[in-house]
Parts: sequence; C-alpha cells; structure tokens
Amino acid sequence: MSAANLDPVTLAVIRGRLEQLVDEMDATLFRAAFSPVIAEARDGSHGVYDADGETVAMGKQGLPVFIGAMSYATKAAIARANADGGPKDGDLYLLNDPYVGATHLNDIKIVKPIFRGEKLFCYLASVGHWLDVGGNVPGNYNPTATDIMQEGVRIPPVKFADRGVVNRDIVDILLANGRLPGSNYGDLNAQLGALDLGTARLHDLLDSFGDDTVSTAMEEISRRASRQMRALISELPDGTYSFEDHIDNDGRGDEPLKVALDLTIDGETLTLDFSRSAPACAGPLNVSRATTIAASFVALKHIFHEVPTSGGCLEPIEFVIPEGSILAAEPPAPVSGYTENIMRTIDVIFGALARAAPERANAACFATVNALLMSGSRDNGSKFILFTFFGGGLGGNPEGDGLSHGNAPIGMANIPPTEILEAAYPACVTNWGLRQDSGGPGRNRGGLGAVYEFELMADEADLVVFGERARFPAFGILGGDHGAPNRIVYQQEDGEHSPVKTGKLSGVVLRKGQRVRIESPGGGGYGPVEDRPVEAIARDLALGLVSAEAAERDYRVRVADDGSVERRLA
Amino acid sequence: MTGESRTIVGVDVGGTFTDVFWLDERTGRFGIGKVPSVRDDIASGFLRGISASVAEPERIGSVVHGTTVGTNALLERKAARTGLIVTRGFRDVLEMRRRDRPNTWGLWGSYRPVVTRDLSIEVDERVLADGTIRKPVDADEVTRAALALLERGCEALGIVFINAYANDANERAALEAVRGIWPNAYVNASSLILPEIREFERASTTALNVCLQPIFGAYLEGVEAGFETRGIDAELLIVQSNGGVMSVDTARTLPVRTTLSGPAAGVIAGARIAEAAGFANVITCDMGGTSFDVALVAEGRSAYSLQAAIDFGLVVRSPMIEITTIGAGGGSIATVDRGGYLTVGPESAGADPGPACYGRGNDRPTVTDANLVLGRIDPDRPIGEGLDRLDLDAAAAAIGEHVGKPLGLEATPAAEAIVKVAISNMAGAIRLVSIERGYDPKIFAAMPFGGGGALHVGALIREVGLASALIPRFPGVTSALGCVIADMRHDFIHTINRPLDELDVGALDAEMAETAGRGLALLRRSGASLDRLDVAFELDMSYIGQTHTVPVPLPARLADGATDVSAGMIRTAFDAAYDKTYGRLLDGIGVRLLSLRTVVIGIRPKFDLGVLGPAKDATIEAARTGSRRVWWEGGWHETAIYDRIALPVDAAIRGPAILEQDDATTFIDPGLHATVDRLGNVIVRPDGTA
Repeated sequence: MSAANLDPVTLAVIRGRLEQLVDEMDATLFRAAFSPVIAEARDGSHGVYDADGETVAMGKQGLPVFIGAMSYATKAAIARANADGGPKDGDLYLLNDPYVGATHLNDIKIVKPIFRGEKLFCYLASVGHWLDVGGNVPGNYNPTATDIMQEGVRIPPVKFADRGVVNRDIVDILLANGRLPGSNYGDLNAQLGALDLGTARLHDLLDSFGDDTVSTAMEEISRRASRQMRALISELPDGTYSFEDHIDNDGRGDEPLKVALDLTIDGETLTLDFSRSAPACAGPLNVSRATTIAASFVALKHIFHEVPTSGGCLEPIEFVIPEGSILAAEPPAPVSGYTENIMRTIDVIFGALARAAPERANAACFATVNALLMSGSRDNGSKFILFTFFGGGLGGNPEGDGLSHGNAPIGMANIPPTEILEAAYPACVTNWGLRQDSGGPGRNRGGLGAVYEFELMADEADLVVFGERARFPAFGILGGDHGAPNRIVYQQEDGEHSPVKTGKLSGVVLRKGQRVRIESPGGGGYGPVEDRPVEAIARDLALGLVSAEAAERDYRVRVADDGSVERRLA
Repeated sequence: MTGESRTIVGVDVGGTFTDVFWLDERTGRFGIGKVPSVRDDIASGFLRGISASVAEPERIGSVVHGTTVGTNALLERKAARTGLIVTRGFRDVLEMRRRDRPNTWGLWGSYRPVVTRDLSIEVDERVLADGTIRKPVDADEVTRAALALLERGCEALGIVFINAYANDANERAALEAVRGIWPNAYVNASSLILPEIREFERASTTALNVCLQPIFGAYLEGVEAGFETRGIDAELLIVQSNGGVMSVDTARTLPVRTTLSGPAAGVIAGARIAEAAGFANVITCDMGGTSFDVALVAEGRSAYSLQAAIDFGLVVRSPMIEITTIGAGGGSIATVDRGGYLTVGPESAGADPGPACYGRGNDRPTVTDANLVLGRIDPDRPIGEGLDRLDLDAAAAAIGEHVGKPLGLEATPAAEAIVKVAISNMAGAIRLVSIERGYDPKIFAAMPFGGGGALHVGALIREVGLASALIPRFPGVTSALGCVIADMRHDFIHTINRPLDELDVGALDAEMAETAGRGLALLRRSGASLDRLDVAFELDMSYIGQTHTVPVPLPARLADGATDVSAGMIRTAFDAAYDKTYGRLLDGIGVRLLSLRTVVIGIRPKFDLGVLGPAKDATIEAARTGSRRVWWEGGWHETAIYDRIALPVDAAIRGPAILEQDDATTFIDPGLHATVDRLGNVIVRPDGTA
C-alpha cells in the first residue's frame, strides 16, 4: 500500500502504539535491572528500527543520547548479520564497541531482528549501562586511561543467540570480564526480558493492522519527521552562528580542549560544522562520530520539543565532523568519559542557537556527571564499589530562573538518596545541600549546584572522581554571567586538597574518617543582571540562595542590615 | 441512634461539581445530586450538596466523604506556613528532590517546595544506617529551632532526621521537646508518618502532611459545625487514596492520605458494582473534563501503587489505588501539528472556558465539541447546572478551522477523526494498565463513568479487544456511590532491609503481630459499624543487588498475638511473585527483604445494589423517547434515543442507539448490542457474543 492510501488517523494510532511499546520495554528494564545506573539513573533505552537500522520509535524514559546512538549500533549489528549470511528469526546480536555503536563500553547493546514468516520486518534493540565491564578502574570511569584496553572489555557485534538459542559461551566470557558478574547477569536477563516483551507487542500490532500498513506507516513517520524538522529550521533566521566552549583537560595532560561549532541555517537545512574543534586527545574525553551526532540530536530536541524521535529528523541536517578530532575518535582512543564530552557539544549548540533564536534558548547547565567512585573492603572483608553521579544547576531561560539541582540534559536520571547509599556502602554523608552563590547571575539566574560530602567508614578506599567544568564553568547567555565552577575537595592526613587536574581525581586513598566533597557547578545566567528585579534578589537573599557579599558584587546592589536591597547607581 | 437503620450519604467534592449519593437503608429510598463546587468555601458546597439532595437530613446516620481539599491546597500552595527541623547538613532535603526536572525534553521549569528554604532549620544529631546513634539530639537545641520557626510565623512543624526509619529515638526525643512549646497539635515526625528508607520521599510526605493538617482540621471543623446547625447528627468518615475510609480523627493527623480520595472511591464503586453484576475483571474508565483516569480491578481486587507526585517534586509516598491518568477528557483540545498529525490533548480547555460549544471564549475544538457535531450529545441537555444549551455552530466552526482545513476534511468527518484519535489515546492508557501487567484484555469489561466515559465505551472495547462494557446505573456520581461502599482501611510500612538468610524471623513475627494489633485497635476505636476485621501482610523484596523491589503477598495468618511466618514461606512467596512479574528466576543470587507492609481492613455493612434497579412496571416502549441524526462510519444515520433510567430489566437494544440520563450519555455503536441487568447496569457486547 502507498502512503496516499494511509489515512491520517491510522497513522497517528500506529505511531502511538509504537511509542507505547518502547516505553513498556524501558519500564521493564528499569524495574528488573541490577545496575543502579540502569535502575535508578535510567541509563538504558529501547527502540524500533527499520530494516536498514533507521530509528522509527524510541522510549521516552531512557537516556536521550541513545536515540541517535542506537541506530548506529543496529546498523553495525546488521552489517555483521549480513556477513553471517543474513539475520534469522530468533537471532540476537550483542555489542558494546563504541566506535561502531557509539557511547562507551559499559553500554551493552542487544539487537533483535523481527520476522514475519520468512521475511525480515524490522529490528528491536535494547541498551543498558552495566556497572562494570573490566578495565583497570572499577566502574570504568578511568580519568587517566590512554587507550580503550584500559577501559574494559570491547565486544564487536557478535551473534549472541542463534535461532532462539543463546550462546552460553558468550555469556560466560561476558560474566568473567566484569567485577560484578551477578549484577551483569541480572542486567542481561532484564534486557532479554524487555526484548521478549517488545517482540510480543510488535507482533500484536502487526496482526491488528497488517504488515503492509505498518510498514507504510513507518516510512511515513520518517518522512513527516523530516518535513517537521525542515519547518522548524525554516522559522529560524538564515545565517551562520558560531560558539565555542572548552573541556577542562583530557585527564592526562592539562591543556583545555576546544569544542567549536559553526551553525549555519539556510532555508530548511541546518549545518553543524565542528571543524574548529580539538584533535583527538590522549585521555578518555574522546567520542566517536556516531556519539557526536546522537548528542546533537539531544540538544536540538531540547530546543524543538515537538520533533518526534525518528531518524527522519536528521535528514535536513548536515554534520561536518573532521576525522581524527575529539568528536570523531577512532580505535584505540579511550572514550569512557563520553558523557563529559557530549555535554559540551550540547552546550555549544545551545550557545549558537541563542544567537539565532534567543527566545528558545537557555544558558549552559552544569554539564558534568561528576562520577564518584569509592572502592575497598568492608570490615567483614567483602568488597564494595560505591559509584554514583551527581546533579547541578540548569541554565537560566526566557521563562525564569534555572532549576536548582537538576539532572543533566543527556538523561532523566535520579540520584540515589543518602539513606540508600548509607545502607549499601560504608560511608556517612555529612552534607547534602544546595551550594550558595553557585547560580550564574543574570536577569534569570542559573540554578544552584549542590554540595555533597562523604565520610569514609571503612578502613580505606580508593577514590576516583571524573568531573568537568572545574575550569570552564557553565556560561551565561544574552549578557548573563557564568555559574560557579565544579570543585572537588578531599582530606588526607595533612589536611584538605583539591585535585591538580581540577575536576578529575585518581590514585588517592581515603582513610577512615576522611572526607571527600563535591561542589557541583551551577547553571549560567540568562540576560543582564541589571534587568533582575530587586525583589527577586531580595528573595534569593532571604532564602540563602545568594549571599549578601555575592549580591553586592554580582548584582551591583546594596544590601542593608535588614535584608532590603537597593540598586546601586551606575 | 445506634441499632436503627438510617441514611448513609456519599459526597464527592470535585473541582467542578460536588456529587451526592444517598441511601435510606430502612426504606431503600435513594437519590443523587450534582451541585457546583464552591471553590473558596468547600465546606459550604459540601453542605449545600447534602441539603439539596437528601430527602430527610435529620435521618442521616453517616456521611462518607471523598475530597480534593488537600490536593487543591497543595497545587495552589495554599497550605499552612510550615517549618522543618532536620539533621545537620540536610537543610535542602526537599529543595534537592531526587535530582530531576519537570520534562524530559526542554530544560526549563521550576520547583516550588511547600516548605521554603528559610523555614528549614538544622540541628546536631545523627543516626547511622544500621540504627546506631552517632550523635544524640539535644532537646534544648530543638526547642530553640522550634521557637525560631514560630517567630517566623510557622503554624505547622515537621521533624525529619536521616535514617529515622532505622531508629526513631532522636526524632521522638525532638518531637517531645517541640510538643512542650508548640501552641497547637500540628507537629509530626517522619518516622510516625512513613518509617521507610529514602529520605526525600519521607521528608516530602511528612512536609505535605503537616502543612495540610491545619487546612484539613479547619475544613473538617466547618463541616461538623454545618452538621450541627442543620441538625445532622452523623458520623463523618473520609475516603483515603488507598480506597479505604478513615475516621475524622485519623484524617486530622494523616491528611496526606486523602490526595486521591475521590478517584479512589470511584474505583471502589466500580469493583463492587462489577462483583454484584458478576464481573470479576473490569477496567474502570473515568472521563472528566480534562483527564481520563484508568484503573484495573482483577479478580475483584484493585491494583495499588506506592507513591504519586501531586505536582513536580511534591511526592506523596503512601499506598494508593493505582490510577493511570492521561490528558484525554471532554475538554482536551485537538490540533494538527507541523508534521501534519492530528493530536488530541494533553492541553485542555478544562471546565472554564471549556469547549468551544460552551461559548465562553475558547475557539479551539475539543472532544466534547466533536461529540456534539456528531450528534452524540444533545445540545439541549448539557450535564450539570450552569449551561442552558450547547452552541453547535461554534463547535463545528472550531473543528472546521483547526482540524478540517489542515487535514482537507469537512467539519463532520474531522469531528469523527478527533474522536478516533482521542479513543486511540484512551486505548493506550487501558493497554498500559492491562497488557503491560500481563493481563489479557479479552477477560476484562470496561466500566465507564464520569460525564463522558459512556460515550466512547463501544469504540474503546473494540480497539483494545475488551470483552464487553458494564455501564453503571449512575455513571456521573459513581465516586459518591463509592464513598458509601468503601471499607475502612489502614496501611503501615516499616523498612527492615536485611538479606533473607540474615533475617531474625522471630523479630519479624513479633513486629507483624504488634503492627496488626495496633491497626485493629485503630479500627475498633473508630466507632464505625464493621462486619468483619481482616489483616494482610506484604513484603517488598528483591534479589540482592537490585534496587527496585517486587511486592510479595505473604500468606501468614495472625492468631493469638503471633503469626506462622517462616523463612521458607517468605522464599516460596518471593519466587512466585518474581516469576509472575518477570517470567524468570535468577539462580544463585540471594534475596533481600526491604520492607514490611501491613494492611488492616474493617469490612463495612453492604447494602443491596438491587435497590438501584429499574422499576417493575418499566417497559422499553415507554423508555423510547424519539430519534435523531447521528454520524457514524462516515455518514448520518437516524438513531434511536432512549431514557436510560426508564429501561426495564432485560431490555435489549441494538446499536446504534443513544441512552440519555441526567448525569451521562451512552452511545451504543453499530455492531454492538446492550442489555439491562437486574441492578440497572447496561451491558454492551459486540454482536455475536453474549
């Protein structure tokens, strides 16, 4: 059947059913997962892909960056299946190779061909962040890695199940190459459960509408996504808008790494040219080209919410990403810190678009996951790995102040509560509060970052922190100021220290009673401070979000003893 | 007045209407009422609802009340000025939430906590995760903090200490110190409200509870005073979000448990009506002005969820009937987006300005406008007070302009498309609560209620593949009926957090018996008449290493102050529950018991729903009121109209047909047929099935 015969109502219904199906797969994985990074931080995702691997639908609750990334993983699996003589009903392909399938080694991707009778119809795919996949640092966020071998086991696309029979040898190899085999086994089962569920739902859908109709609808969904993206681009003024920001360093050396964008709007098309960005670095701050494209899609979707999660949206967009750059890394460049890199890509897209369409943009957000890792032995000798990410301030925006202690734009992850962490690990949280004066000043202030302080209750633990934006804080836009930079402080016998590589720390041993503190970045401000109403400044003072000294300095006001505020004359 | 059968009244106060159902248990007389809610004086709307509907108010023996007073006060941030006393280092436990944002896409949006940051004071104290007291609390320091909060105008106060679920000694000591100086009863501690791990959820539930206590207290006083001036000597009971009722005294201390009160009562009514009609499995579908609420009743039991957010960051953790809400009500707005897709909702015109046909300034088309244009609603019979007639031309113009033109359709087919897309959204919500949980839709009946549910039920059962639809006698006042039907219920939780092979089963047994005893005492003290008392235990469990748990019903029995719980019973129950949820078990991994949940239920006397049934002398001929043109399947068709209440038992009607009554309209699609059962319910099935 042709698209012309497909009535708009059937099309809308099929699209809705596809979206419901992937949402259900997400929900199943998050509930059954062992890795808290999946279960609590929702670092996983599911999608439907057409026979060529283009995205048709993706779940809403998963990590947004996978929306673009999983299409590449699916295409890599398809290439492998074709080399094997083509996919068969009941086959599964598994991979975590970031160079072909994007993101980093912790993300285990499983791709399943869906057959109707003898004929391949489409693919389903599942991805989840396993807690540990080997390498020389538990949890794999190794800030000093120099190649991918140090980051864990790398799995190219392999046939994981043959006509419904799982290859037990591959399972054994996988479980033998992580520090927490039980957790990995649980996550594998949770992903397989989600794929079973998705398969059943998809067959239900095909049975109710017919294969031809659904197939036509899938093509039409992609065509319309492209049309919608073109319509949105055409609303922006033509021109080239440039913006650049920096990654603090690569964890090895201490040189800033530039991420630069020249964004060109030309009628209905958009070019994202990253040519002026830094070459690939020695440390783990590289990403593959597939990851950069996926990250760009996340940024655009934050600005154009209404764009559907379909491969068709990328059709009117041209990417210029030079080979060998920090945004198009090749083997064996290390990539474990990919989250830090892509959040800079997302922010430069915000920054450039703020120049084209200030009414749609927001200032930069805290944009670092601040992976903290404490590992050691409990008093009873059992091993522990405390591994968690943190929040920070979102950017001021046309509507109001940035949200304090939000989650990063690449995910909808929640942070585990103090009590869950304390129940599971030998640590006592001594502070868990908003960070005063961290929001970038502006007409609409950036959201506040937070202070988290942990005291070690075990004899000793290895301490690793992988953070960014310690030197290059979240920028403001349209005259707004930047937020406070990231700051890490840890205690040793001779007192408090901060890491030399600013947001990154490794090779430190913490002893019982010593503390480590993360002061996470605030968001950037939106608009000039002169435009902020004095009532808003007074309220921030009363609530303790801004100190009197900072108000006088940053907002150029006079604060009286009773807390009242008046603007100083220029 | 004990021993004498009297009138029982159910009152559901919603945002737009206050619904009343009353029944005189002696004579079997009953009645319904629907009066506008009074936004700024809810007690007066409540009392007017009773006066306007109930025949002999002096005969009222009990009034059972579903209410959104708490929810509305929270949404509008009009709850009492409230302070928190917290552990040193944790002033921002509410401000920081669980690190989230309002929307997946788009980084804008803000959070408005119910306790502002200047009203949260830290004190030195610390309990560790294993319950060890690292630092005892200093009563003088707590008293100074409380005095400072009083000075800042606080009326209510909550105490939230880290790890208080593991040891509540510091919280109790602080509470005692505060009670010595606080001028009212509105103080509470997190370990009394929710002794469960996860400090944000506990703090949020505690803060929302204490800030509602003064509001709820004043509201209940207003209602009781109104009873007195009207000569009503009735017991007052309040419906909780868990679908059970509680006494006024409990409601005063735990108002946070009423947040889903009205909708929960609707589900309770649905379950009871279904049981009486011989249906074990139903999906209730409540369609109001802005939302479509769906809940599943399987084998006579409702599904429960453990928490809900009333607004961004306002989390209530407390067992509640699981109700899935999507933005698909009568007021949901239809648009065509840039991709050329017709979408309906979640944006809504609400009750005010309402659909285009209300003529109150909204000119964008809604689902109600589409139903009007299709002839399914009678423009001369709008539901409820306030409007004389609906403006058909305005509805057609809105649809033509905003949907017809961009899709290249005339207004009427465009209206049909709007209804189809709205039904597809509703079907998605039904699939979410049924298929997603592993239930086969073919064994369920849809039970529509609310003003609009029955209009779409035929299309819905076809789209989802449900067996049938069961339309209750009075769809528009179902929640009020549920208030009359609901049992008393109290939920308790306590976090234990131990691997099963390290669990002290004797201590667990003692705690189960003690908690159940406390709950039963609460039921006996309520003064409500109860036929029977039930106790049920459930554990939250997982494999060691998982962070989410599965609910594990425990078949333990309570007798003579002890239970027969054992480690073997727990393990068997876990395996059964896990396998049912995920279809697999994981070998070689230990299991962990996170929390104990105890439920006590007091079964209230049941009345015979048969009293609602059709009159003996009713005939189908007398019920036939005429016909009008209705659009279906692409054309206009002359369609029979019936007065639904006048239909006799066993009346059989072939679709297409329209059944009208004061509180709702039912559309029987072509290809479906309807019959009336002895209770007056209308049962709709596809032709060829019975």
